[in-house]
Formats: sequence, C-alpha cells, structure tokens
Amino acid sequence: MSAIRHIAVNVFRESVRDKVPYNLVLFALMLMGVSYLLGQLSAGQEIKIIKDLGLAAMSLFGSFIAVFIGIGLVSKEVERRSIYALLAKPISRRQLVMGKYLGLVLTLLVNIAVMTVAFYTVLGVMAWMDGSWFRPHWGASALDPALLKAIAMIGLQLMIVTAVALLFSTFSSPMLAAGLTFGLYIIGHFNADLKNFEAVVDSRPIAYLARAMYYLLPNLAPLDVKAQVVHGVHVPAGLLLFNTAYALVYIAALLVVATFIFARRDFK
Amino acid sequence: MLAIETDSLSKSFAVGFWRPRSYRALEGLTLAVEQGETFGFLGPNGAGKTTTLKLLMQLIYPTSGRAEVLGRPVGDVGVKRRIGYLPESPYFYDYLTAEELLSYFASLFGYAAADRRRRVSALLDEVGIAAERRLPLRKFSKGMLQRVGIAQAILNDPDVVFLDEPMSGLDPLGRREVRNLILRLRDRGCTVFFSSHVLADAEALCSRVAILAQGKLVATGRMSEIHAFQVRGWDLVVGGLSPDTLHKHAGRITKVARVAENQYALELPLNPTPDLLLTDLMTEGAYLISLNPLRETLEDYFVAQVQKQRPR
Repeated sequence: MSAIRHIAVNVFRESVRDKVPYNLVLFALMLMGVSYLLGQLSAGQEIKIIKDLGLAAMSLFGSFIAVFIGIGLVSKEVERRSIYALLAKPISRRQLVMGKYLGLVLTLLVNIAVMTVAFYTVLGVMAWMDGSWFRPHWGASALDPALLKAIAMIGLQLMIVTAVALLFSTFSSPMLAAGLTFGLYIIGHFNADLKNFEAVVDSRPIAYLARAMYYLLPNLAPLDVKAQVVHGVHVPAGLLLFNTAYALVYIAALLVVATFIFARRDFK
Repeated sequence: MLAIETDSLSKSFAVGFWRPRSYRALEGLTLAVEQGETFGFLGPNGAGKTTTLKLLMQLIYPTSGRAEVLGRPVGDVGVKRRIGYLPESPYFYDYLTAEELLSYFASLFGYAAADRRRRVSALLDEVGIAAERRLPLRKFSKGMLQRVGIAQAILNDPDVVFLDEPMSGLDPLGRREVRNLILRLRDRGCTVFFSSHVLADAEALCSRVAILAQGKLVATGRMSEIHAFQVRGWDLVVGGLSPDTLHKHAGRITKVARVAENQYALELPLNPTPDLLLTDLMTEGAYLISLNPLRETLEDYFVAQVQKQRPR
C-alpha cells in the first residue's frame, strides 16, 4: 500500500510540475469574465447561467486533464524508458497501475475542490451584488448546497474517464489512446440509446449486440445531474448512491483489465 | 545459492507489422553466476546483452527457459528488494531533481524519511553529483544521467547489481570512477553483473566473463582461460635503435614498424620470451619504451565469431 501511495504522490507532483494547475487560473478567469459580462447584459438569469456554465466548465476542464494526463500515465513511462528503472524497484506491475490511477484521481480531486471554491465564491459575489441570496426565478438559492451533488457526480465521471484512459494507455500509443478515450467519453453520454436499439432495428443479432454494448461501455449520462441541480429539481440520494456504486464497480473492472494487460506486456 | 542462474533462456520478438516474422534475440542461454563475482557480459551491439538483462529484470518475458536471481524466480518482489539495475542509456523523470528522484525510489524500498535523506545525500556524493542535487534532471548531460542511474542502482545496498553498459556516455574520469565504484561493490561482497562491449573494462574488473554473439553464448570463463584472449606474442617499443642493429636481429622479429627517428615498434613471437632480445638490444645502445602482451581484441574475436555463426 505504501508503494502505491508513493507512486500516486509522484504522479500528483508530475502534474503540478507540468503546470496542470494553470487550468484553475483559466477557470477562475473565465468565471469572473462571464459574470462581469452577464452583470451587464442579462435580465436576472445570471446566477442560473453561471451555475450552468461553471458546472459545464468543471466537467470539460476535468475531462481534458483526465484524458490528456491519463493517456500518458503509462505510455509516457514506456516511451521514455523511465519504466525500466521503476519496475526494477520492489513493486509489482499491479501496484504501478494502481498508483498511477490514484495519483491522477488525486490531481483531479484537488482540481475539482479548488474549482468548487472559486465557483461558490463567484456565485456568492454575484448574489451579494444582486442584493439577494434567493429569487424565485433562479429555482434554487445562489449558494445551493445541491450543487455539490452535481460536482460529486462530475468527479465520478472523471474517475471513470481516467480509468478508461489508463486502460488504453497500457497497450496503445498516446494518440490512439486519446482518440479511443474521447470516443468512449462521447458514447458514454449517449449510451442509453443503445439500450432501446431494438425498438428501431428489426435484426435480432444487432439488437443483442447493441444491448451488449450498452452494458459494456461506460454509461455516463445518469451521472450528469447538472441540469436538475441548476433548475432546482431534487436529485434523490438513492440515485446518487446507485451512480456511485455503478462508477466504483465499473472503475474496478477497468483497472482489473488494465492490470491484466500491463502485467503481461513486454517492454522492449 | 547462486546469484544468477539461467537455463536455456530464449527470447524471440515478432518483427514487421503486416507479415510479422520471428526474430530470435536470445537463444538457449544457460549461465550460472556465483555470489560475490564480478561478471562481465560481453558482446557486440545486437548480441542479446540488453535482452538478457531485461529478462532478468522481468521487463520482458522469455519465450522459453527460466531465470532465477538469488534462488527465486525473476520478478519476485522480495528479490527486487535485494537487487539494483542500471538500464542502458537511462532516462528518468525530467521534472524531478536528482535528489527527489533518489528519494522517490528510496521510498519504494520502504526507507523512512530520515534514512532516505542520509542515504540519498551519501549516494550523490559517491557518484560525484552532489553539487547538482537540486538541478532538474532535464538539465543533466548524458554522463550526469548515467551517474544518477548508477546511484539509483545501488540505492538499497544491493546483493546483486545489474549494470547495462555502465561506462556508456562517461568521460575518461567518469569511467575510472565507475570502475572504482564497481571494485568497491565487489569488495563489499556485492555480485556485479555488467554488460559491455569494451574488453578493457572486463579485463580490469571481471572475475569471469560470458561472451555473446548473435544471441548465442559463444564462450564463458576467466578471461585468461578463454583461448582467444591468451597472449599470442609481444609488442615491444624501443628507442635508440640503429638500422644495422635492427637488421642484425631481423630473424627474431615478426613485424617492424617505425615510430620515429631511431624508434621502432617490434612485434615478437610468444617464445622465446622478449627479455632475451631486449637485453641484447640494450647492450647495443637501445632503450625500452614499452612492452605489452599481444592478444586478440574483443572486436577481432566478435568479428570471427559472427563470421562463424553466419550460414555459408
């Protein structure tokens, strides 16, 4: 466990030195800029728009980090041959995969935490300037704690995307891994359509194939509760728990496959 | 218990994308290295040295055969605690400093923070990069990276250390320091297994060597026991030698090359011993500049072996 922790901390250090936190500055600047513009232009909807925009930006920025760092986690080590000295140390290949994954998850969580603080700060300032913490047409208060539910679900989505990127990183080049991960990320948001594919095709084999793909590919759409939260619609705890369990099981399966592939790989 | 043991170890790679064919990088390597030995693993480029080392580190898996280190299968985490490895032309994380890299690797061995600091500091001194300890590795030259590589290979006071071309990229001073380091490791009782294509390194350091050509073991034993490296004559360089004296003794000399005015390099047969001729020449006014045994070079040996392996 200690080896996994040390590897994870090193991944975190790498992302910090690779200037990943710069995206936080970009995020904060973007939120502040948009808030200023909305203050000039909007007709009382600015809080809602900022919530929408903030959550979308969090998801987008996080996805970029998850994909672009995730795909390099293992492949970069192999390409640059730094893995030779590392694997000669008293660690197993499984520990290396786990450490790499947890290191990137740590990076993402720190990112999300900082973005969350910036997000609430901007919302707070906007509400203070507006002179009210709640208006009926906002659907929810400016500093609605339910936003944290959407943020937590974004975190889970990113954890799945990271595991997907890591899986591809164990056997393919960074470019291919990036393409495949982005592909799965997009498919993951429209996965529900595969479930009902039999309603639009007559072929049974294709319907079965679509159903199999539905279970096999990541289903990210249910984890997207941004719209509900922004419009003040209640998100039940049961759904959050189910989503969490789904994400954890899916991540575990991806990591098992990644470890299986990585453990058998030759580093020429 | 042997430090390193391989039995019929072979490795093939698939070469080509559309129509892959099998390329045999190592064929049936059977080797036994005793604990405490300094063992030279010699061969020209492409002989299979790095492949063997990667198999011993389980960076690649064998096609057939088996390998053990310290009596356990390669890749055993318990064994990895007791070994060190310097890869060929090592590369490390360029965002870390030398100190941070060694500290990170030391943490993987489970050393506590205070012990890590002490150990890393001593190692940086030992490999001569203490002054650059806080410089990012991306600013390091090839030679400096090689020193970092050596430091990380001996970080855990290993019982067996594997060095892949340890002299590569080093200047003459660096090469001498690495030689001295290997001798210190040997004196500590550490088994040193190092690959090289430089005969002089093996001669200076090794108790035994194995020679590989085109993936096959072609010779193993002490350097002096390997027939090709036994003395086959003498190279005598003398000064103050007149052409008349040289002409007088021409029958005792195999080959003559003029070096400078009255200075000649003389190639002599193995017998009689060169002291007899040298005494005669000195009584006639000549003086000794140098006397060296003549051996086949490793390069000559490789060429001969490679030619022997080629299908006719």
